Amino acid sequence: MWIYVLRRSLLLIPIFLVISVVVFALIHLVPGDPIDSLLGPGSSRGDRAELLALHGLDKSLPVQYYHWMMGFLSGDMGQSIIEKQPVADMIFYNLPFTLNLGLLSLAISFFLGIVLGIISAAAKNTIIDYVAMIIALLGVTVPAFWLALILILIFSVNLGWFPVSGSGSFENLVLPSVAVGLGGAGLIARITRVSMLEMLSKDFVLLLYAKGLSRYEIILKHVFRNALMPVITILGLRLGWILGGAVTIEIVFSRPGIGSMLLTALFRRDYPVVQASLIFLTMAVIIGAFITDIIYAYADPRVRDVYK
Amino acid sequence: MSNISAKTRAHKSPWMIIVKRLSGNTMGIIGVFIIASLVLIAIFAPLLEPYSFKAQDISNMNAAPSASHLLGTDEFGRDMLSRILRGARISFVVGVASVGISVVIGSIIGAIAGYFGGIIDVILTSIADLTWSMPSILVALLLVAIIGPGLESVVLAIGLSYWSQYARLIRGQILSLKGAVFVEATRALGASNFVILFKHLVPNSLSPVIVAATIGVGNAIVLEATLGFLGMGAQPPTPSWGAMMSSGTAYLFISPWVIIFPGLAMMITVLGFNLFGDALVDIMDVKNRESNL
Amino acid sequence: MSLLKVSDLAVEFTANKRTVRPISDISFTMEPGEVLGMVGETGSGKSLTAHAIMGLTPLVGGKVFGKVEFDGKDLLKLSKFEMQKVRGAAIAFIPQNPMTSLDPVFRVGDQIVEGLRKHLRLNKWKAKTLALEIMEQLRIPNPKLVFEQYPHQLSGGLKQRIVIAIGIGANPKLLIADEPTTALDVTVQAQIMRLFKELTAVKGIGLLLITHDLGVIAQVCDKIAVLYAGNLVEYGEIRSVFKEPKHPYTQALLNCIPYIGMEKGSLTAIEGNVPTADNFPEGCRFNARCPYVMQECITDSPELIDLEGGARVACFKYQKEKATI
Repeated sequence: MWIYVLRRSLLLIPIFLVISVVVFALIHLVPGDPIDSLLGPGSSRGDRAELLALHGLDKSLPVQYYHWMMGFLSGDMGQSIIEKQPVADMIFYNLPFTLNLGLLSLAISFFLGIVLGIISAAAKNTIIDYVAMIIALLGVTVPAFWLALILILIFSVNLGWFPVSGSGSFENLVLPSVAVGLGGAGLIARITRVSMLEMLSKDFVLLLYAKGLSRYEIILKHVFRNALMPVITILGLRLGWILGGAVTIEIVFSRPGIGSMLLTALFRRDYPVVQASLIFLTMAVIIGAFITDIIYAYADPRVRDVYK
Repeated sequence: MSNISAKTRAHKSPWMIIVKRLSGNTMGIIGVFIIASLVLIAIFAPLLEPYSFKAQDISNMNAAPSASHLLGTDEFGRDMLSRILRGARISFVVGVASVGISVVIGSIIGAIAGYFGGIIDVILTSIADLTWSMPSILVALLLVAIIGPGLESVVLAIGLSYWSQYARLIRGQILSLKGAVFVEATRALGASNFVILFKHLVPNSLSPVIVAATIGVGNAIVLEATLGFLGMGAQPPTPSWGAMMSSGTAYLFISPWVIIFPGLAMMITVLGFNLFGDALVDIMDVKNRESNL
Repeated sequence: MSLLKVSDLAVEFTANKRTVRPISDISFTMEPGEVLGMVGETGSGKSLTAHAIMGLTPLVGGKVFGKVEFDGKDLLKLSKFEMQKVRGAAIAFIPQNPMTSLDPVFRVGDQIVEGLRKHLRLNKWKAKTLALEIMEQLRIPNPKLVFEQYPHQLSGGLKQRIVIAIGIGANPKLLIADEPTTALDVTVQAQIMRLFKELTAVKGIGLLLITHDLGVIAQVCDKIAVLYAGNLVEYGEIRSVFKEPKHPYTQALLNCIPYIGMEKGSLTAIEGNVPTADNFPEGCRFNARCPYVMQECITDSPELIDLEGGARVACFKYQKEKATI
């Protein structure tokens, strides 16, 4: 089991390398550069050249990449060209906000999605099924920022339960997390439903009924546990997506976070920041998948044996 | 005396079977209904709209819904209803075009990977996995940044962000079909790999792709709105629902309907595609699972 | 009082506006400790009968008619909750496929314990002790070790024993086994059959054994019920039925069994196929394949008539012969 974990962890290294190269290349494909943001009107070409050299942007791309990688390996993610701060500092400042949002949203997606999925499968093709599915799908049918705005309209403006913007306390976390969480709930509900229905038609369910167990026990204890596997798989991937997708929510709610940091940096072509944030978010998805695989391997006794 | 059970029915074409099964599926019917309405609105928008979507009326900005403007007006006094009707056209085109791009790219890559196997498969699958692990918003964002803002860029960017799931689906199907007898037979008749792959294997692999594509249209429409919100999407005065929601944000507290109605329109539309897609899953008996992670 | 009395049992399914009755007019009795073998080809309705007795038919969308008297109560009239209490406790069911009947994500020991705790209201430790005892009685080697295993780690024979353990855990009065050995190889089959024999002899459990294997029936059963196309065609004591089968179908079945010392040549088979539920013929359902078919067999359905010794048969030919004697 542990050898499996070790092997998978080692794979992360080449993946990281490839992603860093791809991201680097993509960023530099974007027209424009950060120097334009720094220069005021009336600057000369000489000023421009000076600034370029100062930030090492006059070197060829592979050389720039090399410098970046060397710096990264020694723990230095570079300096933001625009903000003039170490990128590492910026990320660590923004990380907790995004992480909180991400985790709470994930929890909402998970619980809401699973509940709706189970209800919908247990009451298949009845009104309850339809209603549950439509509720679940609502999150998928509209952009998260729209949900966020509507939530603000109802709960902040009209009811005054939650603040419109800001960060720092739990209240600030609720509406944004719900807005993002609803989106994930739909996908999870759908997968849960399909998985449950598949399990319900399996042979072992017959013996469970023959044992005299109630429908309630059968569905919640046995069928659900079996149906959980594909759901777990999806969950790991969701975390990364949520972190990335949180960008619009952070803007709507004026929350600090990796997403909004990335966006601002992108507009200003602040290469080091964009590089670091993108890699971070992508690796989050990959690590999420990795952790999920491990959990999956552990949770399913059949898979567990293969890796012993 | 007849022990032969009466199962010798006339052969039903696959379309008839689909339609028949669909008729038992309420959600699917609702989905089809919504999609059909969307298509009709998209085609006939110029005839349906009470005002021109471009017509500004500065004396009537941000007006609440009334008899003359059923859904109110936006910050330039343009009629919301007309703009939303026009927006249907854009959403539909964006959705279908971007999914079209994704499906084509994904099918080609997935088919080649699945059919030829070996190192080609490994390389292509790794590329697909990498693309898939980057959140599509970010990929699309980067691509639009590279290409430049505008509706066409958005379509292209969305198309390029989503292809990997289709590649994976096709690859999985081809892997299982590769060993089928009809492939051997076709090869024995002298068909080249290219013909076998694209004339025979791919068409037979399409069912999970069709399902994913239907739901994909919905996702593309939502993604376009998000990109619009971030300033990357359609430029004014193009009335894409996303752009409307985006520019309406500033007026959230003054005239919320500017955001609510386009959102509702999108909700119903994407819901339609999702319901239809889910119904297709039941109908086609498709296991919508991508091959191993 | 009989352990089980089934009267005019019928099951009905409706799909696409068509209604079929895959089994009908099934009537038989069982005494405590008796082993009744229910035999028939695939599609004759054996499993459906078992499901109907267990109250599992509504699960697959069917309707049940008739009467199933168990311990004085009509099972078909019980509420869902009352039936749940019967299932797994007073009547136990061993389903067809041991390979897939166990929940793959729970340890097998826990699956036995689950039934015990539910019906006998024991705490965790008492239930585990009892489960281990039962496993020993069923000659499961190394019970403590097997308890901790997951289904996929066990062989088919072991899995079947676990399923049986689950069944007998709460001391049922009646055990219904649906093709318990079909999926197992012959040596294991013999072991399981011996186990059943012990259970009925020692514990006095009634056993309804469903199988298509006449050899198994001959070994273990006291009585036999022959099903054809959803109807009960013959019923009686095992020895008399085997020696003097009264229904042409039973006769044909027994003729099909090869035996040591028979002449070399072709094996007898019964011409034709079992009609499916949506295609039952008018009259006696065996009429298409019966070598003695008469005019009335095509127009009317023979009823089950009671004979001496509790035997029953549904056949016009037999009725005619008996009348002329």
